Amino acid sequence: MATGIVNLSTATFDETVAAADGPVVVDFWAEWCGPCKAIAPILEELAGELADQATIAKLNVDDNPDIAMRFNVMSIPTLLVFNDGEVQKRLVGAKGKNHLLEELDEFLPGSR
Amino acid sequence: MSTPSDDDVRNVIIIGSGPAGLTAAIYAARANLEPLMFEGEPSSTSDQPGGQLMLTTDVENYPGFPDGIMGPELMLNFRAQAERFGTEFVTDKVTAVDFSTRPFRVWVREREYRAETIIVSTGARSLWLGIENEQRLTGHGVSSCATCDGFFFRGHHIAVIGGGDSAIEEATFLTKFADKVTIVHRRDELRASKIMQDRAFANPKIEFLWNHTVVELEGTEKLEGVVVEHVETGERSPLPVTGLFVAIGHKPNTDLFQGVLDMDENGYLETRSGSTATNIDGVFACGDVQDHVYRQAITAAGSGCMAAIDAERWLEANVHAAAPAGASG
Repeated sequence: MATGIVNLSTATFDETVAAADGPVVVDFWAEWCGPCKAIAPILEELAGELADQATIAKLNVDDNPDIAMRFNVMSIPTLLVFNDGEVQKRLVGAKGKNHLLEELDEFLPGSR
Repeated sequence: MSTPSDDDVRNVIIIGSGPAGLTAAIYAARANLEPLMFEGEPSSTSDQPGGQLMLTTDVENYPGFPDGIMGPELMLNFRAQAERFGTEFVTDKVTAVDFSTRPFRVWVREREYRAETIIVSTGARSLWLGIENEQRLTGHGVSSCATCDGFFFRGHHIAVIGGGDSAIEEATFLTKFADKVTIVHRRDELRASKIMQDRAFANPKIEFLWNHTVVELEGTEKLEGVVVEHVETGERSPLPVTGLFVAIGHKPNTDLFQGVLDMDENGYLETRSGSTATNIDGVFACGDVQDHVYRQAITAAGSGCMAAIDAERWLEANVHAAAPAGASG
């Protein structure tokens, strides 16, 4: 799977989310959002650590408001967890790494 | 100067990283006390590294910044200054403490840390209304962070609950996006500073609903309206807002210290008059966690400086005088 965070846009969103083999975590963020900046390094770490188990992606809501609107994102950061193109879980608000891992645990396949 | 390992007994552990904790860290680090700071973990509430100012925009009353400074920038500056002099940071929340024997112990989950002195600067967090649907609609119209979420309320009618500086600042900020902002306040006058009040009264997008509280939130997928109640007559009426920002006050972050440190009936830590000493010798408290009167960044910073000096003098008298140098790592 992908290594590092995948930067999504309106043009690539559907294709990436639907085509991924395994869960896709999309971080809805913006430059002016403090808590988004606070979790950015944590997501970078997760992208590395979970490289074999999940795709970690981000979407800038300033540049791609249509996608944010489509998923009713009204607060950022919001993390949406997709599986087979469907939203499985919505995490609103910044969280620490341990909390994020706990929330994502159910979607991660066991070690291969 | 070698970096102490986690197994060593630290001179000072600081819990909380707002203006009080980071100022204590700057002073303690410059006194060569090699402070270890637990700065908390990311969140979208004020309970996060940097504290309440991380959710504000312009800070206009912090001395030294004649043109104002953004709250998050100010706190990142505080942190950089503390780091420059050797403060070590753990980006996590303390989950348990034991101050009954020395050295004092604190835990982050299973991991234990020990120190001769503790500075508590865990601050205060915003209160919620505590009514039905509030948590469910958070992120769907109900927000704890105007600077994060204002963007999504372009053209909306928003209610801001409260009458203090935070409420007025949020309301004023939100007029950049919203068509209309109604400030719902349970009294008939504001508590906010005069300059903030004047700005709000002069803003054509801001309306006031005095002597009212919010009693119900409506909406399934997202907020579709609220019901307000007159505090004297009890009369209820609908307010058709699609955004709700709550700024009704604060609660000290002292759950960790229940039954350990003396606190008043509202949970604020008690400190000895004219000092930052708590009821436990060697444990000091500073900032909003022990101040429900002033609650300013500058008073928090001032008390953080006091706590570091109190801790340093305490170490001189109780630890460094009694043991040969280097005994504490």
